[in-house]
Amino acid sequence: MRIAYIAIILFLVTLGSVVFNFTTPFHFDAIGSNWNLIDITVYITFVVCGIVFVVLGLLMAWWVYKFQYQEGKFAEYEPENAKLESRLTIITTIGVVVMLAPGLVAWNDYINPPSDAYELEVYSKQWNWMYRFPGADGIFGAAHNKYVNLDNPFGMKPGDPYGEDDILITNKTVKIPVDRPVKVLLRSQDVLHDFWVPAIRAKMDAVPGMVTYFWFEPIVERVYEVLCAELCGRNHFNMRGEMHVVSMDEYSTWLNDQVTWAGLQAGAVPLSPEAATGRDIANEKGCFACHSDDGRQLATGPTWLDIWGGTVELIDGTTRERDEAYIVKSILDPHAEIVLGYTPTMTAIELTDEELQSILDYMKVLKSEPAKTAIEDEQDASNTLPEGESTSEPTEEPVTD
Amino acid sequence: MATVEVPYQETVPLHHPKTWIGKYIFSQDHKIIAVQYGITAMAVGLVALILSEFMRLQIAFPGWEFMNFFTADHYYQAITMHGMIMVIYLLTAFLLGAFGNFCVPLMCGARDMVFPFVNMLSYWVYLLSVIILMISYFVPGGPTGAGWTLYPPQTITAGTPGFDWGIATMLISLAVFIVAFTMGGLNYITTILQARTRGLTLMRMPLTVWGIFIATFLGLIAFPALFVSAVMMLLDNFLGTSFFMPAVVSLGQKLDYSGGQPLLFQHLFWFFGHPEVYIVALPAFGVISDLISVHARKNIFGYRMMVWAIVAIGALSLIVWAHHMYVAGMHPSFGFFFATTTLIIAVPTALKVYNWILTLWRANIRITVPMLFALAFVLTFIVGGITGLFLGNVIIDIPLSDTYFVVAHFHMVMGVSPILAIFGGIYHWYPKLTGRMLNDTIGRIHFYFTFIGTYAIYFPMHYLGFIGVPRRYYETGISEFYPIAAHNLNKFITIAALIVGISQVLFIYNLVHSYFKGKKAPANPWGANSLEWCTPETPPRHGNWEDRLPTVHRWAYDFGVPGEEKDHIPQTVPRRKAN
Repeated sequence: MRIAYIAIILFLVTLGSVVFNFTTPFHFDAIGSNWNLIDITVYITFVVCGIVFVVLGLLMAWWVYKFQYQEGKFAEYEPENAKLESRLTIITTIGVVVMLAPGLVAWNDYINPPSDAYELEVYSKQWNWMYRFPGADGIFGAAHNKYVNLDNPFGMKPGDPYGEDDILITNKTVKIPVDRPVKVLLRSQDVLHDFWVPAIRAKMDAVPGMVTYFWFEPIVERVYEVLCAELCGRNHFNMRGEMHVVSMDEYSTWLNDQVTWAGLQAGAVPLSPEAATGRDIANEKGCFACHSDDGRQLATGPTWLDIWGGTVELIDGTTRERDEAYIVKSILDPHAEIVLGYTPTMTAIELTDEELQSILDYMKVLKSEPAKTAIEDEQDASNTLPEGESTSEPTEEPVTD
Repeated sequence: MATVEVPYQETVPLHHPKTWIGKYIFSQDHKIIAVQYGITAMAVGLVALILSEFMRLQIAFPGWEFMNFFTADHYYQAITMHGMIMVIYLLTAFLLGAFGNFCVPLMCGARDMVFPFVNMLSYWVYLLSVIILMISYFVPGGPTGAGWTLYPPQTITAGTPGFDWGIATMLISLAVFIVAFTMGGLNYITTILQARTRGLTLMRMPLTVWGIFIATFLGLIAFPALFVSAVMMLLDNFLGTSFFMPAVVSLGQKLDYSGGQPLLFQHLFWFFGHPEVYIVALPAFGVISDLISVHARKNIFGYRMMVWAIVAIGALSLIVWAHHMYVAGMHPSFGFFFATTTLIIAVPTALKVYNWILTLWRANIRITVPMLFALAFVLTFIVGGITGLFLGNVIIDIPLSDTYFVVAHFHMVMGVSPILAIFGGIYHWYPKLTGRMLNDTIGRIHFYFTFIGTYAIYFPMHYLGFIGVPRRYYETGISEFYPIAAHNLNKFITIAALIVGISQVLFIYNLVHSYFKGKKAPANPWGANSLEWCTPETPPRHGNWEDRLPTVHRWAYDFGVPGEEKDHIPQTVPRRKAN
């Protein structure tokens, strides 16, 4: 009898899959939240499906080996076997119920946050994360994409008293206290995003035009990387953030240091007309999707703060003077010289000479010392700025509710 | 079966073309149209395959100088085009356009499709859709890079490559494809319902025809949803309507939209997208059932159950679509409903798998090349099916969605599996189509490379999803969840993908070489029973049959009937009078 190699291959593939499953280091990493029930459901599913896989794979290999062709032999003639088929139906149904039931119980928990959960808003935009806490009154002020402008990055509704004490974090890092359930509310400024920390297990899309949510309770003090899990354009893979799970004390101290909406409005520093024009043009051309102008380090591109002058290390190992020629070249031919640590994702921006000059004018004033820029997070901005002139009224377009 | 009157197609004379162009180019012969569909689908599939190799090289070797030209934009355009081409322009077109056209009239004992002219038109409109799709690469900005799911607002906002022209060609191409599909689909259904020959009751039809039949029904129900969403998105993009677009600020610019609903698009898309999985899977189920039965020399186990399973899966597939949207932000209670329907669909699907395997029990198995592909299909489909039980269970989908687990799952279940079924089908029907046998040795080498290679690509890939490697990342960079071992696994997967890709040259060589130099095929080389093997000539001429259409006396699975001389009895052989 000819050896049926395929029987051996089927056997080895089945066996190899099982061995791989038990020897691979690639399984869920240590859970950082309350969602044990997810892991348990996955485990049950692994067991049920694993058994089915092994039994079916081995049966195939065995029968292919055993019932090979012999000239003149007839196969057994048995078109149907109602008893066997109904038994298999029942067994399969039981298996499905065993997997589905804990899953639905866990889902019920997932969509019903506990009443003592505090709220954290994640506001996403291409391509970074921003965060908002409701502040002392515990209530978020109304916000809408239509109010968004350079001085109102969260789209806070002007004049809403609940919004004044909201704490706004434009930095990519958010800190949350350990062992406290948090309901994460998600909004988006532009496209779909998805706030995801693998070790927390939970995630949900942020959808512009609506507010979505999920909840979890962090159980381990640790720094987590935040990823975007929903394709959001050419820099999707660079949309990273950090979530620090810390003690209640550290959280409170940190939160007190963050700027409120009222503070942000009071702290805005007027720019020279040339620089302000440059800033508006840069915004309209989408520059701030990838570059910050306040020193925040985004994964997408270098910050513009202090970009004028000094040297920079390039991806090919050379060092380059950051003079005007370099900056102009980087804008007009962005892939020519890539700064170390970044990927070439910038598309060439079409600019008139005047627009280019305005942007350069704006970049020139972006110095960390001594002058501060407009939307830099400052500690309790209202105390440090005696001028107190607010320039943040949304004036870009008439607002209608 | 005395109730069947004279079949309609026996009473009307067939108009035979006089010119070469009428015979082979603007042909109304279903077999030629099948070949045209098949070659076009394979050609465009080759483009998608090459795109995937570039994607894999980028994933495994980011920063490699050779790949410098391959920017993030190129990567996102490649994933989009790869996905859309494979799902629509290769799998749907091949399984329904090529197999549907070839198998339906022959297996039903018909001379041709009921509307041969519309059938011809279907192919040419399909070709037009492929050309429009390929034009994407030549419009300003290149093809769309929105991912094959084309989710707005991303699709038509400036942060996505090809957001203006590329998306337009994509949507127009899809709309044109749907026109082509509708013309073909109406033909398949009408032919199956109206042009079966005498004696061929529905419950005597080969399972291939059943699979194509129900898949076409699904297509005719599901594709309009995609058509509508394509039209609405074109309106949003070019006329400034707000069907799917809420008020957004895109890269610093306030766009003039408000009140639209991105989730509406997702519902429409998946109302099409999920049945689409079964539009591809059901014909593959049918083909595999026939291959296993014929080459195992045994009747398919539980034929009636297999038919009802196809019908049940088809019906259920229309009410599970939102399991693609568990993390989309839809109403949370939907999760209960869609998780339950999704896991219910596992029952008829599992029964099909059981029945394929039970068909092997006490069979008389010929390890032919089509049989190899059929066996590989079953194992691959088992993996793809059980990982579907992970993702269908809403709570497990939460950590795994948008990771490589999903990528591995859908490639196993609706990438590799249907491709294996297509290969198996080609090796099986090529002798009837061309009158030549394919080279057996090359076929076996091609099989082992393809089966073991694809398994090596996609089985380990599931586990990358568990550690949290997100899909659709141009570059993952150094992250704590992404250890060096995972980088190495990605390199391994890429090498396997390259080997699988290159080994397809063997297949193409075999197809071309055997057409000219292959062994002459006998009329029924596998000893099969269904009608396509009973044609008076091989390859069958235009019109398929003599003046009289064949008469069917039995189902297509009379293998190893006790007391008979031969181990198979064609459908045209009369049954002996019961004593």
